[in-house]
Amino acid sequence: MTAIAAPPAARLGELARQPVLVAAWIVVALAVGWALFPQLFTSYSPYTGDSGASFAPPSADHWFGTDRLGRDLYARCVYGARTTLTATLLAVVIAFGLGTVIGLVAGYFGKLWDNVIMRVVDVFLSIPSLLLAMVVVSVLGYSANNIALAVGISSIASFARVMRSEVLAVVNQDYVKAAYGAGVGRLAVMVRHVVPNSLSSVIALAALEVGTAVLAVASLGFLGYGSPPPEPEWGLLVAEGRDFVAVHPWISILPGAALALVVIAAHRISTSLRKDPRR
Amino acid sequence: MLRYAALKTGRALFVVWAAFTLTFVLLFVLPANPEDLLFDPTELNTIPEEVREQVAANYGFDEPVVVQYFQRLGHALAGDFGNSVQSGKPVTEAVLGVLPSTLILSAGALALAALIAYAIALTATSTRRPWLRNLVESLPSAAVSVPVFLSGILLLQVFAFRLGWFPAFGSDGPASLVLPLVTLAIPVSGPIAQLLVRRFTAELESGYVTTSRAKGATRDQIVKGDVFRNASLPALTITGVTFGNLIAGSVITETVFAREGIGRLTQTAINTLDVPLVQGIVVLVAASFALINLAVDLVYPLLDPRLRATLAAATA
Repeated sequence: MTAIAAPPAARLGELARQPVLVAAWIVVALAVGWALFPQLFTSYSPYTGDSGASFAPPSADHWFGTDRLGRDLYARCVYGARTTLTATLLAVVIAFGLGTVIGLVAGYFGKLWDNVIMRVVDVFLSIPSLLLAMVVVSVLGYSANNIALAVGISSIASFARVMRSEVLAVVNQDYVKAAYGAGVGRLAVMVRHVVPNSLSSVIALAALEVGTAVLAVASLGFLGYGSPPPEPEWGLLVAEGRDFVAVHPWISILPGAALALVVIAAHRISTSLRKDPRR
Repeated sequence: MLRYAALKTGRALFVVWAAFTLTFVLLFVLPANPEDLLFDPTELNTIPEEVREQVAANYGFDEPVVVQYFQRLGHALAGDFGNSVQSGKPVTEAVLGVLPSTLILSAGALALAALIAYAIALTATSTRRPWLRNLVESLPSAAVSVPVFLSGILLLQVFAFRLGWFPAFGSDGPASLVLPLVTLAIPVSGPIAQLLVRRFTAELESGYVTTSRAKGATRDQIVKGDVFRNASLPALTITGVTFGNLIAGSVITETVFAREGIGRLTQTAINTLDVPLVQGIVVLVAASFALINLAVDLVYPLLDPRLRATLAAATA
């Protein structure tokens, strides 16, 4: 997003001085590419394997090796990106959307609204999000979409809290008072002045949340609450290799490493967005 | 001060009550037929209607929701969360049985995490080599980014299977504690280290450090005497994050290493839809969290005189 704001040449020069950041963007772009066009990145099927070639170690043919059923693990990772990243995106959208609205109502309408909403937020914050997500998914039933919903619901509270404190700071600014003075209605002030000026911190949180949500989605998948086994999902891929970790460690470790790289890259990018002085 | 303490205690009690109510709504009210959750989903269709009604009556599901709520709340206040559906044992007994194992694991992991965090903060702020500082400063964000199940499996592969230094599974003996401890300490240490690096940097640039230097104190003396304490205190403000990381981490760690404990009990309870057990665990976790936060809220003003003054002014 920032690349559009700055003159391309200056931006490129700035990026060149930060090779780690460039690598992070490449990792994330690659993962998104896997999710959007998996067939461009691998010719193997993620579901059917060659039972004669089970437990093959990583090689030129099978970059990540093969699993118990002889399925190509690289292909399963590539197709797994779609499951995991879709769930992540959905989770962040849910948390961002609902959290922003709830925080806005609490901060802007104040008094009773604020008290009631913030006490409920306190309760949600006092239950660790993984535990809350596990409870929600157990009520909804096991599936990738429900994992996304559960992870999203469990992070609404932190978005609401950040949005509320931003709104409280913005509401006391002179330009907001001036808008009231000029006779602008309450709702119009909220939409035109308060919301746009409160969003920047929440957007930074959303960027950070992408990494956290990938981890949460994969953790729930690892625990077995996602799509059923033939479906490739990063957390589930690691779980499938657990029983063979003593003899065939790559089955767990390579998909796990891919997952870790994406999360590290997402965190690196979110820090760079927060430090950007233009924000 | 007394008003402040009463207010904070009231909030803690409210959070525990609300966690109870929230789980009641989620687990007992929202599902259309809560008794269905008590049976194995694959056998659900083969269970005769009268058995289902009997079970529903046993659990009080045939009563109006409000009656159920107050019955359960009354029992919960007396420490009774009903019986686990799978084992038939009282929920309180099942939870208390595995609690010590998780307490040892999390206490040990927290201590190790604090050690790692201090090592990172001290190295980052005292080294003169920029590359080393950059490297050390990037460790905390890597620590929170690597999934707990991956680091657990890696440690298991290297130290249990390749080198054979530690047992791979189980929960007996101190040797079996080492790998889970390290696994859990890694994600917990990340946020603490990030905060300590920031605080140490800020404190070292503050006026009193310059004054002490000018008066002839060595850097080591200042760090040991003043900076250490002043920079550590704010770590208490991220107690919530630390607690959440410990709980989430122990669910995964106990699963990877097949250790008994609250985390694995939670996972089994969720897998088998053991509704009373899930509620008992969630309320216990929320209560521990509220208690720890209350302790921090009450102790913090004692440790930080500035806060004491603000409080006195606010409540006067």
